[in-house]
Amino acid sequence: MIFLELFWTFFKIGAFTFGGGYAMLPLIQDAVLEKGWMELSSIVNFIAVSESTPGPFAINMATYIGSEMGGVYGVFGSIFGSACATLGVVAPSFIIILIVAKCFDKFKESKVVKGCMSGLKPAVVGLIGSAIISVLMTVFFPSGVTVSVFKDLSFYTSLAIFGISVVMAFKKVHPIIIICLSAACGIAVGYLL
Amino acid sequence: MNRFQKALSLFVTFFKIGAFTFGGGYAMIPLIQKEIVENKKWITDDDILEIIAIAESTPGPIAINSATFVGYRVCGVLGSAFATFGVVLPSFVIILLISHILRQFQEIQAVQYAFNGIRAGVLALLIKALYTMYKKAPKGLWAYIVMAGAFAVTAFTNVNVLFVIIGCAFFGLITSFITKRRASK
Repeated sequence: MIFLELFWTFFKIGAFTFGGGYAMLPLIQDAVLEKGWMELSSIVNFIAVSESTPGPFAINMATYIGSEMGGVYGVFGSIFGSACATLGVVAPSFIIILIVAKCFDKFKESKVVKGCMSGLKPAVVGLIGSAIISVLMTVFFPSGVTVSVFKDLSFYTSLAIFGISVVMAFKKVHPIIIICLSAACGIAVGYLL
Repeated sequence: MNRFQKALSLFVTFFKIGAFTFGGGYAMIPLIQKEIVENKKWITDDDILEIIAIAESTPGPIAINSATFVGYRVCGVLGSAFATFGVVLPSFVIILLISHILRQFQEIQAVQYAFNGIRAGVLALLIKALYTMYKKAPKGLWAYIVMAGAFAVTAFTNVNVLFVIIGCAFFGLITSFITKRRASK
């Protein structure tokens, strides 16, 4: 039953994501790729969509994957699928915050919570690092690492777009501008070369 | 204002916040500050600091954590349900529409070319995000061991990420007790 599976998968993702934003990416990658729900390139495409639309990354991602997976059952399937996934990703935080809000002072001073967080914070950095390696592979080596990749012009154009984007990102150019520019470059490169 | 009116007002406020926050999470905090602290005076600036502290040490998206927490502070469980529903609804509707549009446009050649470029751009954004997170993360020997360990295990083995996360939390717990015991000796 895909709808139940969507709920449960995103429930687990919601329960184990510590830290905001892209901290969820490694978990989504792990669950979605393992189940064969989607390709990594579609997830990366959607990160761009999520950056350009309002709302938290987690909700956007859950709604999108739910809609795609439920979509095989038509429009209502896609609505129901995204509702299941979104409800799943929201439920753990909702429940946990309600519990914590009742005993906030105890929670704040808890040595156990502090200890766990001292392991979780650096872990998230490592996990995202590993997720980025996979994204890097799909961007530069979409059909696997072979010698012929380096003879392919598209490898170098991707590298150029990436290089320019990195400079812009660190110069604090707004993500939407970076996405629009790299889209324009992608189109230009596609038609010109 | 009775309880239900307050809850409804929470819904509307968080709906606005959800609809106008780009990039999620922390981008929401200034909006919460303006709407909930300055305009509605439901909570104080100190509460905002508490919310950030809580959101950082509980699982789940920061947007959901803060909506649930503020809602609870203002009018209990009913408030958290309305606030959370409000903050989720805009993205839910927008993304649902976009996913249908995406499906129809995916096959177009120009769109595919555009996404080829976009993926390289997204990679750059991810690297920037990683750098920001690295700067905020605790430093020190144990932290570097955890970083490298979590990276290596997920990059080179098939171990489920959930187990890596549980393992790292446990490792943090043990090392924090060891260093504390040493400090007290």
